[in-house]
Amino acid sequence: MTKKIGVLALQGAFAEHISILKKLGVETSEVRLPDELDGIDGLIIPGGESTTITKLMASYELADKIKSLGQSGLPIMGTCAGMILLANKVDTNGKLPTGLMDIEVKRNAFGRQVDSFEIDLDIPAIGKKPYHAIFIRAPRIESAGSNVEVLVKLPDGTIVAARDGNILTLAFHPELTRDSRLHKYFLDIVNRR
Amino acid sequence: MSKKDTGTFTVKAGLAQMLKGGVIMDVVTPEHAKIAEDAGACAVMALERVPSDIRATGGVARMSDPNIITAIIDCVSIPVMAKCRIGHFVEAQLLEALGVDYIDESEVLTPADESHHVNKNDFGVPFVCGCRNLGEALRRIGEGAAMIRTKGEAGTGNIVEAVRHMRTVMDEIRKLKNMPAEELMAEAKELGAPYELLKKISRTGKMPVVNFAAGGVATPADAALMMQLGADGVFVGSGIFKSSNPSAFAKSIVKAVTHYNDPAILAEVSKGLGAAMPGLEMSEIPAEELLAKRGW
Repeated sequence: MTKKIGVLALQGAFAEHISILKKLGVETSEVRLPDELDGIDGLIIPGGESTTITKLMASYELADKIKSLGQSGLPIMGTCAGMILLANKVDTNGKLPTGLMDIEVKRNAFGRQVDSFEIDLDIPAIGKKPYHAIFIRAPRIESAGSNVEVLVKLPDGTIVAARDGNILTLAFHPELTRDSRLHKYFLDIVNRR
Repeated sequence: MSKKDTGTFTVKAGLAQMLKGGVIMDVVTPEHAKIAEDAGACAVMALERVPSDIRATGGVARMSDPNIITAIIDCVSIPVMAKCRIGHFVEAQLLEALGVDYIDESEVLTPADESHHVNKNDFGVPFVCGCRNLGEALRRIGEGAAMIRTKGEAGTGNIVEAVRHMRTVMDEIRKLKNMPAEELMAEAKELGAPYELLKKISRTGKMPVVNFAAGGVATPADAALMMQLGADGVFVGSGIFKSSNPSAFAKSIVKAVTHYNDPAILAEVSKGLGAAMPGLEMSEIPAEELLAKRGW
């Protein structure tokens, strides 16, 4: 059976994720309301503005449903803002929408927009070829719980991607590149469930 | 492992991609900025005066006081944009030094150069520029703009010009999509736009960078209209803080942009907002006071 991946489409780069998933031959759907979470096999929370997405998640009670789906094993990948929305501790005050991953995240951890950057990274989990990662006003993982697997660090040791079972978080934007290996990695998690 | 590359076109255009589906609000004080952020704005535009006040005051409108911009940067965590005058590359240098996340080279301010826009490729900070048609959009992208918006007619609360500009751009993109390759050079000459960008649009059927609507958005329905016409997101200038209830208008417009294709939600969020900003009919504006014709 073909798998269906929902992409949270409240704000941000959801169309970019959908376009990559389509190229990989996956069925996709945009999620703006709780009912649209029914029948999906995985969920992607895209890059965007985390405060905006948090508020829109709260206004139509999406956050609670995403939280319970994540707790019951639904594979969820969060990129950039998506990482913030999945963390259980964030440096800034404000309500955490899901708290699904045991990581502490710092927002805008690299500075302002002029400090946004691109860099080649080694990500053993997806193969030997370096992965070109794009960081835009990106967060970073300050600390991760003992059950969390660190997938990628920057040369200075900063943690920028991690996985805890069905939850995958990336501080950068696989949706802005043509390299679909991280989407395939996520689809592997979906297919093995 | 390699080293970090900053200020690339990918990260400049990428920030605009992160703003998609969002609302960028004009603010003149840190308190306004906080209201905008709490309402769910995806970015704020730090200004000394909103466009309707600039229009009313007349005189030369310049870049905002750096103190105001810094105070706004310090009080919100969302991206902060600020405007420089068309062609005023030193105002742009100052804004970059202040740490703004995006510069709007804007017709709302009095142009500093009637012949040339800023060479935006020289900067590490990204730029957004206004357009009335595809040729104008592509000239700005050719100069390095990483995001485009319609000009509309700022400070009027009248959506008619933004609709005209968005429809014009979308029509021209549709035309390129169906155009045989041998006609693209003549079209580039006709539009006064870089040939390479035309080739790209003819292949992809899309504007090469994110394209927001701006200039006259006053209600949630205006915002959803622009989204249905193909905008990637919306700038709201005077429409928030010149309305009778800024916080309610701000929240409502944010929801309207997300749920722009859901009339039931649009109706619900449009209820009980109070009075929108006062509007201006285009024919009442003297030709020399029209802002959209500034720049080329």
